[in-house]
Amino acid sequence: MIKKIKVFIPCKEANHVCDKTQYRESSFWEKIKLNFHLLYCKACRKYSSNNANLTQTIDKSNVKCMDKKCKESMKQEFEKALKEIEH
Amino acid sequence: MSNHLIDPNNWIDLYSDYLYNYTISRVSDKTVAQDLVQDTFLAALKSMKNFKGESSERTWLISILKRKIIDYYRKINSNKGKAEVRIDYNSDSESEGDWLEERVADPYDKTAEDTMQNDELGEAIYKCLDKLPKKQADVFKMKTIQGLETEVICNELNITASNLWVIIHRARTAMAECLKENWF
Repeated sequence: MIKKIKVFIPCKEANHVCDKTQYRESSFWEKIKLNFHLLYCKACRKYSSNNANLTQTIDKSNVKCMDKKCKESMKQEFEKALKEIEH
Repeated sequence: MSNHLIDPNNWIDLYSDYLYNYTISRVSDKTVAQDLVQDTFLAALKSMKNFKGESSERTWLISILKRKIIDYYRKINSNKGKAEVRIDYNSDSESEGDWLEERVADPYDKTAEDTMQNDELGEAIYKCLDKLPKKQADVFKMKTIQGLETEVICNELNITASNLWVIIHRARTAMAECLKENWF
């Protein structure tokens, strides 16, 4: 039997696809389902637009953070110094 | 002004990313930026007794970092054999040790460089991240700012992929809410 193709998806799934889309991890078919959902769901439209804005804003800001390894070694150094001070 | 307490134990967790972001936009070299942040923490530790609680820890650390960045440029400038300009902040020894507090930036008084939009935006992003629970902030940083693969993050934090997406969803909702007013 051919599986019935599911076009209507619940909001929860739509939001999940939307989140994935922000990281380019959603498939083509998922995006179609999402866009179809957005046609009739105002709440998800709002979430999607906010979510896309957030991605854009972060890209634009060029914000950076330290990688974990570096942070760990910094922590070690710092704790050494901290101990020295306490003694 | 309220009195702020100082507790170096959490400095790296709380402020290292913020300070690093501040530095990297000014020196644009990874290693140099990391060294400057490291130096800042160590210098702060040494002059902890000068912290009077008139500003937040973050502001105080940034004021030290600013000095470090200036010193860094001064050093590479003199290496190139260029004229070195020295301006002493106070010549009398009486108020020695006071300079850190006195140089704390007034949060309402932005200098020209601080008004640069990107700086402010970066700052706003970190302020919003501060409001998130630590786990959400960590996952969001790894995924969105560092751009790590889902699998890598899951392995590192020992969570499932669906777990990760739930955290991401909550973090994104909160971040969008927080940044919406001023930045969208």
